[in-house]
Amino acid sequence: MADIRTNIAGLAMKNPVMTASGTFGYGMEFADVVNLEEIGGIIVKGTTLHPREGNDYPRMAETASGMLNCVGLQNKGVDYFCQNIYPEIKDLKTNVIVNVSGSSPEDYAECARRIDELENILAIELNISCPNVKQGGMAFGVTCEGARTVVEAVRKAYHKTLIVKLSPNVTSIADIAKAVEDAGADAVSLINTLMGMAIDIERRRPKLSISTGGLSGPAVKPVAVRCVWQVAKAVKIPVVGLGGIMNAEDAIEFLMAGASAIEIGTANFIDPSVSEKVAQGVNDWLDKHGCKSVKEIIGVI
Amino acid sequence: MKYLKDLTVKAVEHPHKKYVLLKLTDHEPLPEMAPGQFVEVKVEGSERTFLRRPISINYVDRENNELWLLIQTVGDGTRKLATLKEGDKLNLLFPLGNGFSDVGKEGEEVLLIGGGVGVAPLLEYGKWLKERGAKPTFLLGARSKADLLELELFRQFGEVFITTEDGSEGEKGFVTQHSVLSNRSFDRISVCGPKPMMVAVAKYAKKNNVKCEVSLENMMACGLGACLCCVEKTVKGNVCVCKEGPVFDVNLLSWDI
Ligand SMILES: Cc1cc2nc3c(=O)[nH]c(=O)nc-3n(C[C@H](O)[C@H](O)[C@H](O)COP(=O)(O)OP(=O)(O)OC[C@H]3O[C@@H](n4cnc5c(N)ncnc54)[C@H](O)[C@@H]3O)c2cc1C
Ligand SMILES: Cc1cc2nc3c(=O)[nH]c(=O)nc-3n(C[C@H](O)[C@H](O)[C@H](O)COP(=O)(O)O)c2cc1C
Ligand code: FES
Repeated sequence: MADIRTNIAGLAMKNPVMTASGTFGYGMEFADVVNLEEIGGIIVKGTTLHPREGNDYPRMAETASGMLNCVGLQNKGVDYFCQNIYPEIKDLKTNVIVNVSGSSPEDYAECARRIDELENILAIELNISCPNVKQGGMAFGVTCEGARTVVEAVRKAYHKTLIVKLSPNVTSIADIAKAVEDAGADAVSLINTLMGMAIDIERRRPKLSISTGGLSGPAVKPVAVRCVWQVAKAVKIPVVGLGGIMNAEDAIEFLMAGASAIEIGTANFIDPSVSEKVAQGVNDWLDKHGCKSVKEIIGVI
Repeated sequence: MKYLKDLTVKAVEHPHKKYVLLKLTDHEPLPEMAPGQFVEVKVEGSERTFLRRPISINYVDRENNELWLLIQTVGDGTRKLATLKEGDKLNLLFPLGNGFSDVGKEGEEVLLIGGGVGVAPLLEYGKWLKERGAKPTFLLGARSKADLLELELFRQFGEVFITTEDGSEGEKGFVTQHSVLSNRSFDRISVCGPKPMMVAVAKYAKKNNVKCEVSLENMMACGLGACLCCVEKTVKGNVCVCKEGPVFDVNLLSWDI
């Protein structure tokens, strides 16, 4: 039994496996088929200051080894989360992390401030990388200036662990990561989805309601590993890696590339119990390779 | 309670070249399932099938501990499912969704309308209705005689009326043109099939002031209400078909009827 505990800027985790925002609901949806307390952390659906209806259907298109989505941050708003969802999940014996989004730096900061007040939520993941909303979202995450502005605003309002989620849809993800580090982020997570598109040739129209969407799943994994490796070399703060992880071997690839923890997204749709299996699988891999701690492989590349 | 389980294929039937009926079983009693609920099956060995595929619960044979799935082969995933053999395993996430809201009262007259493979959930529903003393009547539509499925099984539970587009069986035309709709009255209607058919039935129901439920087939990813991909617009805003549906009272939907 290797020591698979890890931590992200002081946030202690029993293992390096978390579930990615937007793919695991609020955790409860999966409770019948996976032991939530065996997961290192659960990152809940993107939450905004005001309720959002999201984009029209169709919001999903399957692709080769992946999928496109344009959900568009549908959620009932931060107050609904605090009053109705938080009480249901606050006593889970795992890290519950809220993914925060917004359309202006002020919105992001106010949303983060309200979550700061929730005792059992020790971290937020700031989404400056959603490709599916017109205002805000990825717009902030694709320039160093935009990223810095949002992170500075949130840093003033939020006092616990601040993880900033980066977009791969940029020229140099390492530059954005450095800007975010300078602005006060405690950690970065990457990658969010890659902007893509698919066309229904019979109907001669895009498969998604807003034409474009975010690509996720194994199709994006090599891009994600490259991003994690570049960012881990560029910043001193911890890196959380994700993008296409389907099993423990994939997770280990990210750890070796420099991630201190990983997230699993789309794979939850194929096997809703995958997160628990990956946590166990990382442990088995370490045992088999004679590693006493997961720390021995983090960033070895 | 939802389960993630490998079931065993006990029998595979091909009622027609475009359909396959899978009879699945398990070494322990199958969990409780309600009519109108569905399963998400994992398709192995099909390169272009990445996500699970949602399939309705067609029938639950408690005596033989069987769960039946009636599948139309429309693409790679369903074609792969049609190649399963006796003894193969199939991984299921189930049962999912809400199911039909009302499983029947003594003497109630319920009309169940199905089009194409949309007839699948109506067999189990008809069984439940009959068991509870209600009187189900089926109105089944298909392109042609060969596309009519499980007719003898439907007849066990109630009277069956048929329309075919080419007139090769029953009345010629679409289900909404069938004479039973003008000759008889029903306490409520449930319908599953292609969207244009469900919209036409919903219009009929509204005009005649009959309660009407529809079972939707929006494209799904998780099947658990987590990804928000399968939404339908309703009076309550966008809701997940996989969790709050697939069965909805038409009055809740923002359909133009
Ligand atoms: C709740 C629910 C219950 C269902 N029950 C049944 C059932 O009992 N029997 C059955 O045969 N089918 C059922 N379906 C439809 C079935 O899920 C699709 O036909 C299947 O996913 C197609 O997979 P494929 O890989 O073969 O086709 P793909 O290659 O994915 O697609 C082939 C074609 O089928 C169409 N298609 C894909 N997904 C759907 C969908 N969800 N609905 C309608 N058309 C689709 C595509 O537009 C495409 O043109 C149900 C769907 C839902 C949402
Ligand atoms: C349906 C869906 C919804 C998503 N919603 C969010 C979201 O609300 N906030 C966010 O930061 N990322 C969201 N993502 C992105 C994922 O968290 C993740 O970054 C991405 O899917 C890549 O990881 P994967 O390949 O393991 O899925 C979503 C992804 C999917 C597929
Ligand atoms: S399919 Fe994921 S929410 Fe319905």
